[in-house]
Amino acid sequence: MIESTGPAVPSFPGSNRWRSAVVREVTHPSERSVILRLEVPDRVDHLPGQHYVIRLTAPDGYSASRSYSLASIPSDPLVEFYIDRLPDGEVSTYLADIAEVGDVLEVRGPIGGWFVWRADRPAIGVGGGSGVVPLVSMLRQAREDGVDGLLNLAVAARSLADLPYGEELVDADAVIALSRESFRLRPAGRVTDVDLIPLIAAQQDAYVCGSAPFAESASRLLLELGLPGSGIRVERFGPTGT
Amino acid sequence: MTGPTRGFFGRPRQQRDPRLPPGQYDTGADFPVLTAEVTPRLVPERVTVSVDGLVRTPTRWTWSELHALEQSEFRGDIHCVTTWSKLGTRFGGVGVDVLLDLAEPLDAATHVLATSTTGYTTNLPLADVTGGKAWVVWSHEGKPLHREHGGPIRLLVPHLYFWKSAKWITGLTLLDHDEQGFWERNGYHDRGDPWQEQRYQGD
Repeated sequence: MIESTGPAVPSFPGSNRWRSAVVREVTHPSERSVILRLEVPDRVDHLPGQHYVIRLTAPDGYSASRSYSLASIPSDPLVEFYIDRLPDGEVSTYLADIAEVGDVLEVRGPIGGWFVWRADRPAIGVGGGSGVVPLVSMLRQAREDGVDGLLNLAVAARSLADLPYGEELVDADAVIALSRESFRLRPAGRVTDVDLIPLIAAQQDAYVCGSAPFAESASRLLLELGLPGSGIRVERFGPTGT
Repeated sequence: MTGPTRGFFGRPRQQRDPRLPPGQYDTGADFPVLTAEVTPRLVPERVTVSVDGLVRTPTRWTWSELHALEQSEFRGDIHCVTTWSKLGTRFGGVGVDVLLDLAEPLDAATHVLATSTTGYTTNLPLADVTGGKAWVVWSHEGKPLHREHGGPIRLLVPHLYFWKSAKWITGLTLLDHDEQGFWERNGYHDRGDPWQEQRYQGD
């Protein structure tokens, strides 16, 4: 059960306005991804877990926009996005291949008041692929606030090279579940209850983010491990294949 | 709006489908899943849908009672606020008009709050679910609606962004005022007309 009558999430005055952000840093952690760090004028602070919309406009006025989770935290002077380059992605191929330092991108945000963590309650985060990005924002916030102990993470990818922010997550003692290669003592394989059991704690909220099949199986595991459905917040993306 | 983005030309558009509202793209055969909560596993035979609030005859229909009503089909396009649209798709169920005719809305009713078994809610003007514009559906492309897409039964309001088409629908409550639902309280638009790009509050 998701909250239907709880307090409304505070609206973020001004967050709906389109702003012209300037690309300040571009890095390519792999051939299939890009990290963009943008300077946003008159920025409205976000909460870990929220996202922005990035809009690209062609010379004839045609535009395309997509949503991307923030990896950064409010104290960061820039906002940071990790973007998977999808082979036929109209926006992601532009961001990965063409965008460069100094470019101006239209952005809108922060958006989303449900998949957010205020670093004030115990939480388990389970992310797959680029679904780890909002969890990285949560991790950074927990560290800054000195409450690392509140957040337990399990993150999944095909390989360590494919895992966004792999090094940062390893350093944070996240459970690393790789489907195509072993990691330390863990054999290759998808996320199972064995990965999650050590992370389960009392009075814990859960944040699950990833592809639709990943989110479905991860949220099922958490239910089977006894977490109440009302405490599981899910963010799904991409096609289903069904 | 600022000027064009340096170096961005976008997909070829000479054949852009006129069925696509502004800012939307054709997702083709895909049917993405976007849900904020755990997908419930519901037994169809135990599902009920009610219409209550400002109506003369509050009514609750069981699965078999719903199937005994006059059925109808929607053929057309659906549009998700995350910018995908699915064109030329088909859902089957019963028109919301049929349910409302039986429940008899009072004159004071102006809005509807749709509620799901998960606690999800969404608000709609009554005018957006009457006049052949909304359905309660249990089939998609002739097959039982998959639970990830709201099966066994969901609301379908295809002329508005798809978060208005509440999955796992269990009730419609008629009100004399607008009462924000789940996403609407979390920053999304109260009406959500894709042709006017009413994505977020303030659009």
